[in-house]
This record gives sequence, structure tokens and C-alpha cells, in this order.
Amino acid sequence: MEEIIDKAEKPKWSQTREVFNRLSKRITAMIGLVIVLIFLVSAIFAPFLAPYDPLEHSLGHMLAKPSWDYPLGRDELGRCILSRVIYGARISLLIGTMVISIGVLLGAPLGIISAYYGGKVDFIIQRFVDTMLAFPGILLALTLIAMLGVGLANVMIAVGISTIPIYARLARSSVLAIKSRQFVEASRSIGASNFKIILRHLLPNSLSPIIVQSTLHMATAILWAAGLGFLGLGINPPTPEWGAMLNGGRLYIRVAYHVATFPGLMIFITVLGFNLLGDGLRDALDPRLKT
Amino acid sequence: MTPGPLFLIFMTGQYIIRRLLIMLPVLLGVSLIIFIMVRIIPGDPSMVMAGPHATKDQVEQIRTQLGLDRHPVTQYFIFIGNLFRGDLGTSTRTSLPVTREIMARLPNTLLLALASILIATVLGVLTGIIAGVKQNSKFDYLSMLVALFGLSMPVFWLGLMLMLLFSIHLGWLPAVGAESFKHLILPAITLGANSMAIIARMTRSSMLEVIRLDYIRTARAKGLKEKLVISRHALKNALIPVVTVIGLQTGTLLGGAVLTEIVFAWPGVGRLLVEAILARDYPVVQGVVLLVATMFIFVNLVVDILYAYLDPRIRYQ
Repeated sequence: MEEIIDKAEKPKWSQTREVFNRLSKRITAMIGLVIVLIFLVSAIFAPFLAPYDPLEHSLGHMLAKPSWDYPLGRDELGRCILSRVIYGARISLLIGTMVISIGVLLGAPLGIISAYYGGKVDFIIQRFVDTMLAFPGILLALTLIAMLGVGLANVMIAVGISTIPIYARLARSSVLAIKSRQFVEASRSIGASNFKIILRHLLPNSLSPIIVQSTLHMATAILWAAGLGFLGLGINPPTPEWGAMLNGGRLYIRVAYHVATFPGLMIFITVLGFNLLGDGLRDALDPRLKT
Repeated sequence: MTPGPLFLIFMTGQYIIRRLLIMLPVLLGVSLIIFIMVRIIPGDPSMVMAGPHATKDQVEQIRTQLGLDRHPVTQYFIFIGNLFRGDLGTSTRTSLPVTREIMARLPNTLLLALASILIATVLGVLTGIIAGVKQNSKFDYLSMLVALFGLSMPVFWLGLMLMLLFSIHLGWLPAVGAESFKHLILPAITLGANSMAIIARMTRSSMLEVIRLDYIRTARAKGLKEKLVISRHALKNALIPVVTVIGLQTGTLLGGAVLTEIVFAWPGVGRLLVEAILARDYPVVQGVVLLVATMFIFVNLVVDILYAYLDPRIRYQ
């Protein structure tokens, strides 16, 4: 019985291929995919791609304009902006991944438990989620930073914690949709424990909407983290981080536009890439939404 | 039988009371979370606040000032009691009452947020309607592409770029400060851009959904002009979900105000918050966060009530 139930749940490859086929027909989604791939490649291979050492400064060339040798120019300490932008992708990728891991690992179980047990447990967890959602936008992350202190690890924790309610809501709604389905009932009728039902059936089946949401959420995580970096609450200098670079260049905007422009452009393009891909993924997975 | 007006008022009243009751635990929860957060600062909060060079007496003084020498439960009740009297404590940075600090900046933030939501709503809804009605047209593609750009644009970068273009290059608008109406334009556009994009996308998809319904076909079939079909019939139902989105956007706006205010040196609550965080001025952080969260909860309450008013089905649930 258990094996039959397990087999029935396995995702079919043909389905995955169909989703990809639908995805590949949308030019915007493909542009998004290319942007995301470029972002990933520059994050992973930064040391091979960056023309110069991102920390090497030269006070004689402060705020130098873009040139053949330094395509994006140099920053307020004479460092190569292109190299810093490439290395910055690493930090953004790290932050994005950690934020989503924290959100999913803490939020999803909360949502699953809430939906599965229902009643009082659901009520209490939902009021907790409501309370967290009462902090608008970046505010909860800001408050957490105020308490934890500034720094990269704290930015990841703060933004990660603020995404918990989003994943809790999402997991809850997908479990609610499947918890009365036959395979769950069948599993319960042969005496499976609550823990086993949650782990073997509810968790795997509620994972796919969460994965899609995570792709979309990378964009928000990168945006928020850059925002905190911009406010001077993120990573310590001189580590290249897009938000902090933008903040550094802000003061020189009148004399050297490029210092603030290019890191911001990087954030914009990367976030756009994740949004395009996320939009496409959502449409490809649920054709009904495409009007 | 259709319900009479008295019955409708009764149902709406009941709905409002129910919503208010749900709001109470959330408000309490928010105050509790903020209360706990300020007290679990790694190390001794009074020592952190006093700074590294403070004497033992100074630390002790801050401790008594914050009431940290008492039992946590007592502290929470004192905190709540003070809240009701509008006492949010004293700023450790300026030694002024937190309430006064906030009240001096709040009108600026409200002005900025209001201007932004106005721009976002008017332009967003208009764009969304046209894009929806003229689906697959050039305008549709172009406006949705711009909306996607708006969605992906970091607020602080957009602000800087607008400043670069309109203040530094063209010299049309002032770059920083809050002295005149002209000073409001760039920050309001910056802060509203993201919400405008979301509202436009939402209005478009909502419009597309409604336009396919039977009653619209009926309206067309009886020979009404397309303009009337859209403005009289479709719009009314299409805008219902948009109201919720606008409500949610005020939250994003309040959060985004922090970044916008820093870029344009706008003397609002958001800048106060960042200054307080950097100076570890916890009473101010606590006060601002509490205020903004409460405002957000109330805005959502108003939106929910408005929603129930617009869509009678909600009231009967």
C-alpha cells in the first residue's frame, strides 16, 4: 500500500519537460533565465572573471571615469568598479540563498503544522503570523538589525526572519489543499503517525509552490539586503556589496555618476532577471493564470 | 429577497466589530514583540546604550530610567500603561521625549506617503485599465514592461538616478530637503514607482478577468457603447481587488519611505529610525516601529471595511 501511495506522488518527468517547453516559448522568461545564469556564473567564478583585485585601491585614481582598462571606472578609493560589481554578485547570492533557507526552514514547518493540526494550534500560529505581517515591508528587518547590530550575518538573519510569515502562509494553504486528499487519508487509515504523514506526504507535496515562490523571492531578498547595505547597516567595508557600494558612491554623484550608477544597475538587472523568470515559471506551472 | 438597507448597515457594523476584535491581539502581539526585542539585545541594553566609555553610575542611571531593574512582566505592564498615556520614553541621543521627536517628523512622512500613494494609484489604475482593455496592443506590452522595470528597481537607486537627471543635469528640481512643493516631487515619484507598477499589473489582470464575464457580454449585447460598458459596468467590479492591493502597498510605502528619506534627506520618521538605529537609541527605534506598525494595521482595517462595503459577499461570510 505504502509503495503504491509513494509511486502515485512521484513527479512525472514529462510534466517537467512540458513546463520547460512552456517556459521556453516565453521570450521574457528566457531573458530572465539568461540574466539569472549570468548572475550565478559571475558569483561562482568571480575570481576568474574579475579583471582586478576588488580590494586593491589606488588613491591616485580616485573616481576615475570609465576607460578601456577600467570599463566601469574606479570608485572613491580608486578600486575597479567592474571587479567589485562581479564580486558583489557573490554576496548577493549568499544573502539570497541564506535568507530563503531561513524563511523556508522555519516558515514551512510552521505553516504545515498550522494547517495539519488546525483548531487552536492553527489559531495561535496564525495570530503569530499576522503579528509578524503587521510590520510593513523592510521594517521588521530594520528592527531586528537595530537589536542584533549591523553586519552581514545579521542582515541575513533579519531579512530571513522577516520572510518566515510568507512561507508559513504559503505552506499552510498548500497543505490545506491536499490534507483531505485520498492518499493522506489512506496513509492515516493504515496507521501512519502524524509525524510520518507530515514528513512523507505533506512536506513533499507542498514543496513545489514553495520552490516557485523562492525564485520570486530571491528578487525581494536581494533588494532588501541591498537596501540595508545602502543604509550602512550591512556588511563591513571594504567587502564589495552592491548596496554599500551605491551608498559609497552617493556622496560623489555630482562629480562621478558612475560610482553609484553601476552597482545600482546590477541590482536592478539581477532583480529584473529573477522577476522575469519567476513570472514565467508561475505561468508555465499554472496555465490557467495566463489570460 | 434582497436585504434592506438597515440589514446591510447591521451586517457591516458587525463586520467592523469582528475585524476590530481580530485586530486587538495583533496590536498586543506587536507591542510584545517590540518589547521583547528591545530587551533581548545581546549583552546589557543599558550598557550598550550608555556606550563603551560610560561610568558605572551612568549605566545604572539608564537602567533605572528604562525600568530594567524590575521584573519583566511588571516592565511590560508599565510599558503598555505608558503607551496608553502616549509616553514612549526619552531618546537617549537627544534626551527629548520620543513622542515629541516622532511628532516633529511624522507630518513629513505622511505627506510623502500620501503623495506617493496618490501618484501610484492614479497612474497605476489608469495604466492598468488601458492595458487591460487594449490587451496585446503596443501600449499593453510597453506599459507592462515598464511596470516590470518599476517592480525591479531598487528605490534608493531610482531616487539617485532621478536626482542625477532632474536636479544635477537639468536643474529642474531641487535634489535634497523639504522646503517647498518642488522638493516633494522627486521623492514622491521615487517612493510611488514600485507601488504604481504593482497596482497597474493588478488592475490589468483584474480588468481582464471581469471583461470576460457574462454580464459584460449582456451589457454589450444590449448595445451599450464600449466606453460605458467599461466605465459603468466593468470598472466597478474590477477595482475591488485593486483596493486591497492599494492597502497592502501603504505598508510597502511606509517601509520604502526609510530609503527614500535617506536619499533625499527628507526629514521624516524613516530617517529618524535609521539615525536611531545607528546611534543605538532604542527608545526611539521602539517608538517609531510601534507607530508605523500600528498605522499599517489601521490602514488594513480601513481597507478591509472598504472591501466589505464594495463587495457584499464578504460581509456574510
